[in-house]
Amino acid sequence: MNTVTVALEHRSPVRTLGWAIPALVILIALPWVADQYQTILLAYGLVMGIAALGFNLLLGYTGLLSFGHSAYFGVGAYTVALMVKYLNVTSMELFLAGAMVACVLVTAVFGFACVRYTRIFFGILTMALSQVLWSLAFKFFWVTGGTDGLRVPTPTLLGFVTGKADKIAFLATAYYYYVLGVFILCVALMWVIVNSPFGRALQAIRDNEVRAAFVGIQIRKYRWVAFLVSGVFTGLAGALWVPLNGLTTPDIMHWTFSGEIVFMTVLGGFRSFTGPIIGAIVFNYLKTYAVGYTVYWQLLLGVVLVVLVLSLPTGIVGTADRLRARLRAR
Amino acid sequence: MTLLETRGLVKQFGEFRAVDGVDFRVQEGEVLALIGSNGAGKTTLVNLISGLLRADAGQIVFRGADVTGQSVHERIAAGIARSFQLVNLFDQLSALDNVALAIFSRQKKTRKLLSLAEADRPVWQEAFEILATFGMDGKARVLAGGLSQGERKLLDVAIAYALKPKLLFLDEPTSGVSTREKAPIMDTISSIVRSERISAAIIEHDMDVVFSYSDRIVAMHQGAILADGTPDQIRRDERVLTTLIGTPEKT
Repeated sequence: MNTVTVALEHRSPVRTLGWAIPALVILIALPWVADQYQTILLAYGLVMGIAALGFNLLLGYTGLLSFGHSAYFGVGAYTVALMVKYLNVTSMELFLAGAMVACVLVTAVFGFACVRYTRIFFGILTMALSQVLWSLAFKFFWVTGGTDGLRVPTPTLLGFVTGKADKIAFLATAYYYYVLGVFILCVALMWVIVNSPFGRALQAIRDNEVRAAFVGIQIRKYRWVAFLVSGVFTGLAGALWVPLNGLTTPDIMHWTFSGEIVFMTVLGGFRSFTGPIIGAIVFNYLKTYAVGYTVYWQLLLGVVLVVLVLSLPTGIVGTADRLRARLRAR
Repeated sequence: MTLLETRGLVKQFGEFRAVDGVDFRVQEGEVLALIGSNGAGKTTLVNLISGLLRADAGQIVFRGADVTGQSVHERIAAGIARSFQLVNLFDQLSALDNVALAIFSRQKKTRKLLSLAEADRPVWQEAFEILATFGMDGKARVLAGGLSQGERKLLDVAIAYALKPKLLFLDEPTSGVSTREKAPIMDTISSIVRSERISAAIIEHDMDVVFSYSDRIVAMHQGAILADGTPDQIRRDERVLTTLIGTPEKT
């Protein structure tokens, strides 16, 4: 077998399915073996997994650390809430379409301004712009509900599945599978994007901006497209999150929520494709149980982050990969 | 036939004129060496022509078209490519990926979001063949960051070559490599550019390399062209001898 064949097989989708199918079987079987609370908790984890996956297109693949992804998550969530409030929409598919359109508009403008900068300047600018949206959500209470937020009832899925009878059962079964379906689509789509020639170009920009320019890649344009895709994924997560939560408030647009997205991505490992997903699910459990365990839950999470950075600099997945490689070498 | 011509090219950094009204030409198919002491303006001239820097004055004409105001990617599309003095690679990608990326870019395939790179087998095959041409097929799957300095230099040139340029600038292709490695590297580069009829302009400090591999030599000093001629003419040029090369001490 020649080198090209080996190199291509190493990155084949079939190879990826080797770990994806067992994971999928577990996720499909979960509502039958776990209680409703655990299933809903996992649905939150999957939603945040989509957000982190989008975020990592910028951090892990393009080398840009955004501290403003709460803005796009919030745009997704508020679009759904405003569609309910002003248009009486109940269809989840329309919510997702509306959230994507809104996110494309917002990220196109924000991205245009942000991709002119890199490193700390990029991070600060993304954070500043997200704070602008947060303050709008906070102050325009007659539209956004201010700190009270906006309520979102259970949506209609695929035009016929509703949760009017038992909301909890709906969220733990029908809505869980709906989230899982969107999650699978998002993971598959992102996998294709990062393994496409475009994805390779982003990695080239991350590794060496000057050289990337000198192979003919238009750096700002590619960064802008990556910004757009990243924001839309995160906005989609926001749209899926709000029916689960039943309410959206300005908190999800605050920069500290962007920090949580960064946290979960670093926790899982931003150098791997699956890292942000694992990180998001683990973080969701960590936060939920930390909040239930102590009022000083932020302190607990802070300690976890410090320990993580010091002991697992490549995150959970990066460390697992290293251990696996070490075991194979023996 | 003239491939590239600069007319009165100027680049100033504060009070310092790094390139001072340079008229420079490269003919089709020739291998040219740019020599000069550090600070003579060689790399700045290449940076201006390749688009890394903007000229303060003057004009750059490539294949009859004014490219002075063009961006880097437009110049690459026109046929100007370069390698770097300090090797510029994508260290976390394999050698094969590094070259394949240049091919994807040349074929304008990097715009495709929803197409698996692996689906473009001919691109990967071409990348592998280019690595083989540079004697690096055995290193195809090694991360660029893990290659030796000599291999990194060759990969840097291979990336530029994969863009199928008409004019290739090589900024000190043998700097930082051992004396033993210099000749094989230059032999490889020279045979490739000559067989493909690519015009090449090589910035080089090693005079053995300069006189062995170039058809024409342009000597620069203090931002201006000091001399321009064949290796024999430059070898006998008094200004070059006194300013750059030095004369053998008389006993």
